[in-house]
Amino acid sequence: MIAHGRRVITDEMVAEIEALAPRYPDRRALVLPALHIVNRELRHVPLDAVVDVAAVLGLPPAEVQDTLTFYQFFHQAKPHGKVRAFVCRSISCALRGGDELLAELCRKHGVEPYGTTEDGSLTLEPAECLGACDFAPCILANDDLLKNLDPDSAAAALEEVKARAAAREDS
Amino acid sequence: MQPFKPVLLEAVGVPDGNSLASYRSRGGYAPLERILREQQPADIIEMVKASKLRGRGGAGFQAGLKWSFLPKDHPGPIYLCVNADESEPGTFNNRILMEDDPHQVLEGTMISAFATRATTAYIYLRYEYPHAWNRLQAAIDECYAAGLLGKNIQGSQFSLDIYLHRGAAAYICGEETGLIESLEGKRAWPRIKPPFPAIEGVFRKPTVVNNVETMACVAQIARRGVDWFTSIGVPADPDNPRDPGSYGPKLYCLSGHVEKPGCYEAPLGITARELIDGFGGGVWKGRRAKAAIPGGISMGLMTEAELDTPLDFKGPGTVGCMGLGTAAVVVIDETVSIVDFLHNSCRFFAHESCGQCTPCREGTSWSLRMLERIRAGKGRLRDLDILLEMGNTMGMMPGSTICGLADGAAWPIKNAITKFRDEFEEYIKRTNPEGWMVTDPVPALQIVGAH
Repeated sequence: MIAHGRRVITDEMVAEIEALAPRYPDRRALVLPALHIVNRELRHVPLDAVVDVAAVLGLPPAEVQDTLTFYQFFHQAKPHGKVRAFVCRSISCALRGGDELLAELCRKHGVEPYGTTEDGSLTLEPAECLGACDFAPCILANDDLLKNLDPDSAAAALEEVKARAAAREDS
Repeated sequence: MQPFKPVLLEAVGVPDGNSLASYRSRGGYAPLERILREQQPADIIEMVKASKLRGRGGAGFQAGLKWSFLPKDHPGPIYLCVNADESEPGTFNNRILMEDDPHQVLEGTMISAFATRATTAYIYLRYEYPHAWNRLQAAIDECYAAGLLGKNIQGSQFSLDIYLHRGAAAYICGEETGLIESLEGKRAWPRIKPPFPAIEGVFRKPTVVNNVETMACVAQIARRGVDWFTSIGVPADPDNPRDPGSYGPKLYCLSGHVEKPGCYEAPLGITARELIDGFGGGVWKGRRAKAAIPGGISMGLMTEAELDTPLDFKGPGTVGCMGLGTAAVVVIDETVSIVDFLHNSCRFFAHESCGQCTPCREGTSWSLRMLERIRAGKGRLRDLDILLEMGNTMGMMPGSTICGLADGAAWPIKNAITKFRDEFEEYIKRTNPEGWMVTDPVPALQIVGAH
């Protein structure tokens, strides 16, 4: 089934994708769910994985890549950090210091926006409205919503999320 | 301001309020069970039509009317998509509903699916809501275990599966045909209509797309009745047969420069000032408001003097805003530069334009580049006229784009420049004393834009 000989997705991922198949009348609808599964495991979706997913779904790889690039959500060149932090910059957060928060966190961690720290522990990305304007400015770090932040509290909260992510990695 | 006991937000703050047992203790699912026993789909469509419920996602189209566009006697399948891609800046009411009372959303979804004869419902949930995902999935699991979902629910012959489907951080997926394309696994390029989704939607089948809060309203109408719903809000104008009125409770999101940001439930028609002062504790730090967004950033701007505008489906339009939108009010205090506000708005839309229609793709990215140039002290007065010209020509309303994203990008530009022109002119003259009057072409800055 996998033709290119560099298979990067696992049997477990394929099984998880296939388990969702009965939900949709068309396998193409599995593209986003499949990309999310791969991204959760690999923290990016390299081109080889796109070819794998396309083979699993019976689609031309170009169609999967077309969808993937549209969303600009899945990193492709290299994995994002073990913690991926989206720093909201839309209006409610911006009014309460969202832009300055991102700039300060980038400075502190020595990365540009969208960049990953050298140790691979953290990626800092600007995000449009996270839908948590009641807690502005806010950050979504992996599955944790960090609320009512200033640069100091954000740095501390990110360290906690990083510690949890590292602990999960070890367990 | 009349005291109003929250209905849609009843479960907020209730310990374990998101559980099936808690929802049942508030009267939940009894209406669904009664409907499955005693009523026909047509009865429910009539009920929702009679309630005059208007969709809560932004456009305010009448929900019952939307359902009635489905073809009669279609062999199926018919699909229901619940739009949980809430991404409009300032808006978070759907998040709170899904996190704190997921069963209310699910019951509304089940009743709506019954009414539309849909046997599969997809909840298209934005990526940024992992907590809502977990809460909804747990609630769906509870429903399957309790026999409220699946085949032949409670012996009624009605079968329904509800699936969560996760987005990937694209605002355009909140446009209903963008959502459909995304659900099909494609880039979320909105479709040219007609055919409308009711005729040909997801997987080329008849489809209804409804907002999360609309689903919650359906659940409450089924529980409390049409008369209850129509007793709340702003009645239709009797002199205007095309006015469907603004009935029911509404979730207002309040954020920005207020003392107490939050999601507050009030009858449709509360004014922005009542919301800010009554619920929000006033403008923060004892300052004055300069302006407020009436319903998500795409609806434009109200000035301080316009804050007494009622936030019903008609009100914001009377002061030049696009409409009620998502009823998300964002307050901007007097210290904020209107140039910075508009830059933020343009940056958002340049990032979120899907790139399908040229006026939007180019208009949003050029408006951002112009705002960046103005902020860099290189603005010219002529820029304001160019921005206004773009604002007046991109969008569905001028007829140049497929979907309304461009209208939403244009409205803040139009409102900000027409309502705060003096401030823009002062800023440009002050920051560019040598060049504000120049009218020669400007070399392009770097390309911006994402999806």
